[in-house]
Amino acid sequence: MSWASPDEIFLSTSLASYLDKKLLVLLRDGRKLLGILRSFDQFANAVLEGACERVIVGDLYCDIPLGLYVIRGENVVLIGELDLEREELPPHMTRVSAAEIRRAQKAERDATDLKGSMRKRMEFLDLD
Amino acid sequence: MLFFSYFKDLVGREVTVELKNDLAIRGTLHSVDQYLNIKLENTRVVDQDKYPHMLSVRNCFIRGSVVRYVQLPPDGVDIDLLHDATRREARGG
Repeated sequence: MSWASPDEIFLSTSLASYLDKKLLVLLRDGRKLLGILRSFDQFANAVLEGACERVIVGDLYCDIPLGLYVIRGENVVLIGELDLEREELPPHMTRVSAAEIRRAQKAERDATDLKGSMRKRMEFLDLD
Repeated sequence: MLFFSYFKDLVGREVTVELKNDLAIRGTLHSVDQYLNIKLENTRVVDQDKYPHMLSVRNCFIRGSVVRYVQLPPDGVDIDLLHDATRREARGG
């Protein structure tokens, strides 16, 4: 996204077309942020206004408001333009409160940890 | 520069971009830049059920640093042209 040379002037991947649009930003740590893009630069650093984090656990989801966010570009995986004419999420998903989604996240984490520890114990047995 | 030029020639073709986080997105290559950042249009996520948050995303910008693979149509490659360009680039470097 640096200044394009004359023959590249019409082919530049710029986030300019996404300015002032509501976007979905996927981060490297798996977080999903939604917000309106107000600024960006050549590193894909971005400023999101009215940002919220959409936490999804199974069929439950919750949007946690964050406010004005500056995202460092190295953490950005993908920036997606949300089609306003389509549903953002499948209909079977249920919106819950922040407290409930945190509980669901913890339950999911505990289940994963348990699976991990069980696997470690099984590996000790050296069955294969 | 070689791959940048190569991808420029593929603009308008249907590709599947597989990311390092295992997300795979199929779409039309809209544009590419010197960092090999990719813009896709008319996107569909492979294995949509696993990524419900991507349901309404139809266009996206993908940071070049997170791409693992770009899967191309079989006729998207002129092998001989690519070989020549590679040899030229290797000689010059």
